[in-house]
Parts: sequence; structure tokens; C-alpha cells
Amino acid sequence: MTEAAGTSQIQSRNTRVGLIAAAIGLAMLALGYAAVPLYEIFCRVTGYGGTTQVADAAQAETVQVASSTMSVRFDSNVSSALPWDFKPETVTDKVSIGARDMAIYIAKNRSDQPITGTATFNVTPVSAGKYFNKVQCFCFTEQTLKPGQTARMPVLYYVDPAILEDPDTQGIKEITLSYTFYPVDPDKKGS
Amino acid sequence: MTTIAATPGEVHADAEEHHDHVPPFFQRWFMSTNHKDIGTLYLIFAVVAGIIGGAISGLMRMELAEPGIQYLQGWASMMQGSAATEDQGLHLWNVLITAHGLIMVFFMVMPAMIGGFGNWFVPIMIGAPDMAFPRMNNISFWLLVPAFILLLGSTFVPGGTGLGAGTGWTVYAPLSTSGSQGPAVDMAILSLHLAGASSILGAINFITTIFNMRAPGMTINKMPLFVWSVLVTAFLLLLALPVLAAAITMLLTDRNFQTAFFDAAGGGDPVLYQHLFWFFGHPEVYIMILPGFGMVSHIIATFSKKPVFGYLGMAYAMVAIGVVGFIVWAHHMFTVGLSVNLKMYFTAATMVIAVPTGIKIFSWIATMWGGSLSFKTPMVWAIGFIFMFTVGGVTGVVLANGGIDDAMHDTYYVVAHFHYVLSLGAVFSMFAGFYYWFPKMSGRMYNELLGQLHFWIFFIGVNVLFFPMHFLGVQGMPRRYADYPEQFAYWNEIASYGYAIMGIGMLVFFANIGYSLFAGRRAEGNYWGEGATTLEWTLSSPPPFHQFETLPQIK
Repeated sequence: MTEAAGTSQIQSRNTRVGLIAAAIGLAMLALGYAAVPLYEIFCRVTGYGGTTQVADAAQAETVQVASSTMSVRFDSNVSSALPWDFKPETVTDKVSIGARDMAIYIAKNRSDQPITGTATFNVTPVSAGKYFNKVQCFCFTEQTLKPGQTARMPVLYYVDPAILEDPDTQGIKEITLSYTFYPVDPDKKGS
Repeated sequence: MTTIAATPGEVHADAEEHHDHVPPFFQRWFMSTNHKDIGTLYLIFAVVAGIIGGAISGLMRMELAEPGIQYLQGWASMMQGSAATEDQGLHLWNVLITAHGLIMVFFMVMPAMIGGFGNWFVPIMIGAPDMAFPRMNNISFWLLVPAFILLLGSTFVPGGTGLGAGTGWTVYAPLSTSGSQGPAVDMAILSLHLAGASSILGAINFITTIFNMRAPGMTINKMPLFVWSVLVTAFLLLLALPVLAAAITMLLTDRNFQTAFFDAAGGGDPVLYQHLFWFFGHPEVYIMILPGFGMVSHIIATFSKKPVFGYLGMAYAMVAIGVVGFIVWAHHMFTVGLSVNLKMYFTAATMVIAVPTGIKIFSWIATMWGGSLSFKTPMVWAIGFIFMFTVGGVTGVVLANGGIDDAMHDTYYVVAHFHYVLSLGAVFSMFAGFYYWFPKMSGRMYNELLGQLHFWIFFIGVNVLFFPMHFLGVQGMPRRYADYPEQFAYWNEIASYGYAIMGIGMLVFFANIGYSLFAGRRAEGNYWGEGATTLEWTLSSPPPFHQFETLPQIK
């Protein structure tokens, strides 16, 4: 093998390894972005951070009602950028575990123009998120209130009786459901 | 470590037959493609950045020397040219801690360890004539310069409450998004992009060089440990930095282009930023220490006149540290509301790292055991490194416990911990490497007396500086504040004295460099004698401009 041939051979090997390494770097960059939807799916599936579950009405029908009850507290918050009043109709409720229950939140637009808002939510203790099922919720969609309008916003939910079987959650006697309303910025796209 | 049996004569003969053609000044230093020259540029850059980052910590220790706000408002007024409010003074504090962290991590430790020593000695140690992509090597260095200028420049433009980016080196949202209006944080983020790109290119270069350009006979399991350490580091860089790039790009679009990755109002989650950041951030701390492990292994072996104990164990312990380093990130965020099970996992996984680290510390001590020790300057720094790094490692095991971290999180105990492993661990290893190789790089011996003096003053200084921070942390003093209650005054004053002692040590260091460059004795090829067995000792000091034009044979 001549020296020139050896040099060009090592150069092509270098190019190959260099390109593979660059591809690994790009893959990690893509993985960084993939983390955004993956993180959301992870929270939704595992109820992580108190993320509540979504159940359809048919599913809710089949749930066995247990004999024990759960105390549920309702919490409400409004972003300082949103001129709304937002309060639960009743602050606490006692429900049979497995039974569907309806809670009402009342929102009022204090400003003189129509505003669209959207609510984020979770429950504490966060470990209960997996067992807190919403059949219907105002938080699934954006809400628009006309100037001065007051709206009653329902949440239809039930607590899955499986909460009594899980060693991490069976001691829970009270769950707090919390909402925070934010204005919807038409320019901002969610991730 | 395998003894490399290339005799000096064999290698020299060829290298010196060629004309050692050195390009003219501008071409040599500004358009350089020579790994040794680029290494030198990196080292000079790191020293300059270290002086700036160290001076900033001096300002911080000055302010913290006694309770109350003494200087911040005055300094802020000076910078903006008009009377500053108290809040603007406090913002300057945030700017100082941010700049200190970013400069020390991205512009001092990384350029010195990987860019400086890595560039200089990896090709030589594997018997290669240069890096695989010499021009890309040049780009890597010159990306760092505008990155540093952007970061320094950000201090002079609005960043929310006052001038400069005051987000902490972690750049957490929402402080870094809606909490910091103005271009300063954008400039700091772009600076991180450039520094990251520089490191990724460097990592690709090292991986290719180490895989492809080893001399005949230099198998993977015969590579010197420093080469191993840089290889593992390069992989960590390649896997971790793109994730940081993704996270800070999301910050940038959240700030400027109405996305809501980390904005709860738009359906995002600020905790996701912390996950992404620490997925990068934890490997990053190993990036800063692994090359130091490599250097210390060579130095301990050289001055014990013994091959390093347990070569394979040493090499694969570094690989293990690198791998496990990727699955422990959430121990930096135990207080964000992780479940008990997750905390248990991250606690256990974090503690597992103590095993390969313990193997390394054991092997260094076993290398010295029964060796013919000589306590030259590089050796005392290396032993100082082992001692200090072990102290930092022990407090690390304490902090690894999710339950204890709930109390210790963001206190000075954490500050003490990471300064023991970095400011004392990584920095000691860099000084060890610097004294070990300075004569090889410059051709002039350093002054032994000044070197020893530097070590002892610096050693006492940093311990007086950082050890009291353990006490402050246990007493509950939170980090990142410019002011503190009277009860913390005593140890803060002591710590500030420690800084002054360390500063004197640094003056000795610069005096030593100056003296050695102009009046140092000329160094021969292998000035350490029989203990020094790697390929750089078969070359002259400094090595010829182009080495190994005929590849050395490793037996």
C-alpha cells in the first residue's frame, strides 16, 4: 500500500466515524425535542404530578361504588393577567368512592370585553392523580366569557375504587382538585 | 497501564529529519490547524477566563464578608452610569453568580481540560500526527471566543431588573423567560449555543481521532488512561450537549417567538426545563472531572515509579461513571414534587456512582502503595486532588439522599459540596496536569519552590474558603442571596479570608509561569525519568511542530 493510498483510506474512515458521531449528536437534539410530547404523555398516562385521568361516560357506568367515602376540596386560582372572578360553588364535598359527582365552578368576566381563558389543573396528593377521573370538564376546552358575563362551569368526576387497593394511596382521605385559569394568547401555541 | 515500548531514538530520528516548518505568526496562531498550537490557545483562553471568573467570585466574597449590602448598589451604579436602585443592586448579585458559574464551567474548566490538555496530549499519547479533523479543531476554538464575548457583553445590556443576565447558570424558566425582559438573557443563551457547538465539534473530533488514528499496536485496552478519560468525556459531550441545545432553544423561542414549552398558561411545564437541563447538567459535572481523573492517574503512576494499579478497572470505572451519570439527573431536583418511588430510585442510582469512583480512589492509593514516591509539585497537587475530591464525594453521598436533600437543597452545604469536587477537585487536577506537562509544552522547567508554595497557599486558602460553607449550609443559610442574618456572619467572614489566601496563591502561580517562561531551565525530553512511560516522553520538549510522521510501533 502506498502512503497516499493509506492517507486517503484513513481520511475516508475518519469521515465515516465523524459523520456517525454527528448523527448521534443530531439524534440527541431530536430526543431533546421529543421529550416535550413524551413528557406530556408520561404525565397523562401515569397521573404524574397529580395529572387527572379522562374517562368516558360508558366507562363511568361500569364502576363499582365502594362503601367508603372521600372528601374532595375544590381550589381555584386566576392568573393576574386575566380579569376574571373564579370560585367553586361549594368548597368541599363528600362523595362515595366510585360514584359520579358534579361540582360547579362559577366564573365572571369583570372586564368590558370578551375574553377567552383556559384552565390548567391537577390534584393533590399528587399520587391520587391516577385515580381521579373526569368524565366531563370545562377544562377540556377553552372558555369564552362576554363582558360582565357569569358562567357556571361543571366538572363531572369520580374517584376510581382502585385507589383503595394501591398501597401508596389507600391512606388518602381527602383530595384537592385545583384549577388555574389563564388567558388564551391567540399568538401563543401550546407545546 | 501498559508500558509503551517505543524507545526515544526510534521516534526521534524520523521526526527531526523533516524540516520543522513553522508558519508565520498570524497564520500560526489565528488560522492554526496544529493540535499543539490549538491546545495552547485553549489553555491561554482558559487562564484568561479563569482570571475573570475568579475575580467575579472575589467580588462575591467581598460583598458576603459581612451581613448587609455593602457594595452591590455602588457597583450597579458604576456599571449603568446612573444611580441604581436597591433592586438593581440585588440584580447585579444574580448577574455575578450567573457569570461566575457559566464562565468557570464553559470557559475555564472545559476549555482547559478538554480543549487544552486533550488537544495537546491525546494525539501524542496515541501516536497520531494530529487530530482527525484539524480544521474543525480550529473552528471549535474560535467558536469559543465569540461565545465568551457574547456572555461578557450581556452584562452591559438590560436583563430585566437591571443590566445583565441574572438567571443562575441553570437558566431556569420562568425566571429566564417572562422574568427577564431585555436582550441580556438572549445573549447569554446564544453564548451557550456557541460554546455548546464548539464542544460538540470537539467531541466528534476526539472520538474520531481516538477510534481511527491510534498508532499500530495501540489497541483500545492499551490506551493511556488520559486518552480513555477524554474518550468517555467526548461521548458524554456528544450525548448531553445537544439536549441542552434543545432546552435553551426552547427557552429562546418561549422568550421571542410566542411558544409555550415552559409556560403553564400555554400548556407547558417549567419542570420539564429542569429535567432537560439536568439531563445535560449531570453528565456535565463528569465532563468537568473525568479528564482530571485521567491526568491524576498518569501523575500518580509517574511519581510512584509504578504502572497504575488496576488499569482495566480504572478505564472501565470511567465508562461506568459516564453511563450511570445519565440516569441520575433528578437528584438535582428532589424538591420539585417527585414521588417517593422516584426519589428512592434516584437516591439509589446516585449512590451507585460511589462504587466506580471508589474503585478509582482505591486504585490511586494502591498505585502509591509500595511505590518509590517523590513529592514533586504535580504529585502534591494530585494527592491534594484525591483528598479534596474524596471530601466532596462524601458530602455528595449525603446529598444523594432524597430525604436529606429536602433540608439541604439550595443551601451552602450544596455550594460547599460542588466546590470541593470542582473548585478543589477539578482545579487541583488541572494544576497537577499543568505542572506535569508545562515543561513538555513550553520547553522550560517550572520553578519547584514556587510550585510547592503555590500548592500550600492555595490548599490552605480554598479549605478556609469552602469548608465553613458546610457549617453555614447545615445551619440553613440559603445560596444565591447577597445578604444574610447576623448568625451567619462568623463563618462568612472566615470564608472571605480564605478567598484572599487563595488569591495570594494564584499570584505565586502567575509569578511561576512568568519566571519559567523567561528564565526556566531548559527541559529535556523525559524530565520525569523512568516513571513517565507514555509516548509524549519519547519526544523532545517542546515536541517538534509535526510529530510522528512515521508512526511509532507499540509493542
